[in-house]
Amino acid sequence: MLEHLLFGKLTLDDIPLNTPIIMGAGIFMALVVLATVAAITVSKKWGYIWHEWVTSIDHKKIGIMYMLLAGVMLLRGFSDAILMRSQQAIAAGGNMGYLPPEHYDQIFTAHGVIMIFFVAMPFMFGLMNMVLPLQIGARDVAYPYLNNFSFWMTFVGAMLCNVSLVIGKFAATGWLAYPPLSELQYSPGVGVDYYVWGLQIAGIGTLVGGINFIATIMKMRCPGMTLMKMPIFVWSVLCAMILVALAFPILTVTLALLELDRMMGMHFFTQFAGGNMMMYINLIWAWGHPEVYILVLPAFGIFSEVVATFSRKKLFGYKTMVYAIAVITVLSFIVWLHHFFTMGAGGDVNAFFGIATMIIAVPTGVKVFNWLFTMYRGNITLTTPMLWVTAFFTTFAIGGMTGVLMAIPPVDFQTHNSLFLIAHFHNVIIGGVLFGYFAGFIYWFPKAFGFKLDEKIGKWSFGFWVTGFYFAFMPLYVLGLAGVMRRTNHYADVALQPYFLVAAFGTALIFVGIMLQLLQLYVSFRNREQLRDKTGDPWNGRTLEWSIASPAPVYNFAFTPEVSTIDPFWEEKQNQQHTAKHPETTQYNDVHMPKNTSAGVIIAIFSGIFGFAMVWNMWPAAVIGFVGAIATVIVRTFNTDVDYYIKADEVKETEMAHYKEALS
Amino acid sequence: MSAGALAHDHHHDSESTDVFGFWLYILTDCILFASLFATYLVLNHPDAYGPAFKEHVNLAYVLWETFLLLGSNFTFGLSVLSLNKGKLAMTQFWLVLTFILGAGFVGMEINEFVALAHEGFHWQASGAASAFFTLVGTHGLHVSFGLLWILITIFQLPIFKVSQIMKRRIIYLGLFWNFLDIVWIFLFSIVYLMGAV
Repeated sequence: MLEHLLFGKLTLDDIPLNTPIIMGAGIFMALVVLATVAAITVSKKWGYIWHEWVTSIDHKKIGIMYMLLAGVMLLRGFSDAILMRSQQAIAAGGNMGYLPPEHYDQIFTAHGVIMIFFVAMPFMFGLMNMVLPLQIGARDVAYPYLNNFSFWMTFVGAMLCNVSLVIGKFAATGWLAYPPLSELQYSPGVGVDYYVWGLQIAGIGTLVGGINFIATIMKMRCPGMTLMKMPIFVWSVLCAMILVALAFPILTVTLALLELDRMMGMHFFTQFAGGNMMMYINLIWAWGHPEVYILVLPAFGIFSEVVATFSRKKLFGYKTMVYAIAVITVLSFIVWLHHFFTMGAGGDVNAFFGIATMIIAVPTGVKVFNWLFTMYRGNITLTTPMLWVTAFFTTFAIGGMTGVLMAIPPVDFQTHNSLFLIAHFHNVIIGGVLFGYFAGFIYWFPKAFGFKLDEKIGKWSFGFWVTGFYFAFMPLYVLGLAGVMRRTNHYADVALQPYFLVAAFGTALIFVGIMLQLLQLYVSFRNREQLRDKTGDPWNGRTLEWSIASPAPVYNFAFTPEVSTIDPFWEEKQNQQHTAKHPETTQYNDVHMPKNTSAGVIIAIFSGIFGFAMVWNMWPAAVIGFVGAIATVIVRTFNTDVDYYIKADEVKETEMAHYKEALS
Repeated sequence: MSAGALAHDHHHDSESTDVFGFWLYILTDCILFASLFATYLVLNHPDAYGPAFKEHVNLAYVLWETFLLLGSNFTFGLSVLSLNKGKLAMTQFWLVLTFILGAGFVGMEINEFVALAHEGFHWQASGAASAFFTLVGTHGLHVSFGLLWILITIFQLPIFKVSQIMKRRIIYLGLFWNFLDIVWIFLFSIVYLMGAV
């Protein structure tokens, strides 16, 4: 009885000891964690990690932590991809492959969930954190404490998903957990519960992050930076974060209703007793479609920055770029139904959503032409960030065209849920979102770490990645047109196998690309002295973030900058009106900064305990988690000692050091 | 979120930024309720499956609930007036009254829910009933969080006195409490009034 009270549904049988693949992966993960813990303990770095990173409210450090999370989860999500591709490569005709359907279903679900929520989202928040406050000349985001809280909530959500690998199982429903399959009747295990609670916790982090960045952009721009003088990346983030604020509450509600069905026996989405499962699918896509624009808009912003910098030209059509982003933001809310034309809403409804979808291609086209015209007669340098941009143009154009193709409802009826769709959205998400984030990562890496990444290995990695991408996904278009559906772990017709083999080969190339990226990080770190960015302006940049040292000092700007143009730093360099005085003769002021806090991480840990306990119905632990989280918030409200000053002398010292190094 | 999560002072000019952020939070909460209203309206169509809400609704009872909640908003307004005049004890007094009225509202709602479930209008009875309990219950949950918040404010007033930090936190609380009133007006009209006719 007591055991049941404490552990709920959890028993030893829920740990899949007899499944070698899962246990192997679990043991591997445990070893990595143990090795990290041991390394930190041996080098006595716990204090450093806690004070400098875990409790840090510095947006630059939070950005790095977000990207670390995204990187680790990318490896996890990509291993899922390898498993699926290798299964499909061999499971033809009489061969059933090595993954049983039940396991295979969990893998494709985990792959989708991890790649969207725990790779793309943290990667985006990482880049935003790293550069956005620098681009608008601010010292931090609007709510630094909440920023730290957001990260840890995302982290805890990701960890809940990972724990499900070893303790219990993950959802086997597909990444959006459509009912009635995700209802208790058809998914009686804890998989869907892990899915719901993991995403709810991470979703709170994302929502708070969205509010934080809207407030930062609206309220903390430096003097002179009117809305129409903001860098395009800032515009794209503003629009993406408005989408977060408008769309994520819908996800929260949708998942909560699903969980109420499962836990309380309610009938929102059951196929009896007055439930309506299409309501779920409408709601989830009312969040889900804006979500893809949440991911891709910041990538568009990155492309705009990178193209302008490496073409040595002002961005072509700044205003049209802004309007295009704004139009996409609005349109993204009226196209959700194109994800399920086959629902049978009728010709009129389908026509409306089909046309609305096609219209999105117009502002997107405007953007593509703007980028091309920026490059036209520019002084182009093909650095790695720029290479990713060029790969993006073609890849995204193909993905966009297949998208418009599927926006035609009759065509969609043929390709719905086929591999054609899979090829399409990987085409736009990898080609648009991921390539963009890679470009941004390499572009802003020196600003975060103080040294550039090795260009040569970067180019090799780029080559493998892009070639691999085409090998992996072009065959899927053909297979999709031939009628192969998504999420199949076996097919009878061996004539299809060659295409799957080519796709698997492509995955192998991408694997090499990822390994080269890791090698690039390692080699660059080893050669960081040679690759050191002494001036803080390694690419001859245009916007404010390049006007300060690399890595940026804690306080970002010793004096709040004032701007009068879109490319303030570039103009300053052109007119050689270097207004910055010699630091020796400058009178610096004390800088007012927020103090680090452990509240964010503690609330997140309690939330994690609550989530895990809810999955397994461990009521006492759930109460502890819930009360603990609330109590931490309350305790925090009694703490008014939340800021401190960096002394003017220290600022002067830092600025002097940068000045000397830049001249050397 | 909560008072603490947003009451964070790190720049001298952070006052308007912080209140702006709280408005954004209210906006997201609006979307949350909008989604729940939409779900309720979809699942509660005229010939929906299950027991009819019409036969269980007690408008007079709900009207008293409404008076309690609206009354609590009035007393909250009085507490803000007292705070602005620097009268700490009066502020606390009106907040206590606000708490009592709000707690009365939540108590009546729980009582109503229990009665409905006993009469057969149970949340497991049908999709429409599930949507009813979830929509009204989410509002009730918000009010309960507000009550906890009011309680904390009553205890913090003697500690922080009539200070800038307290004034700002009461602005948040006021936004939140007023917002819940507005949501209730919609609940009363759409769920109860339309459900009764």
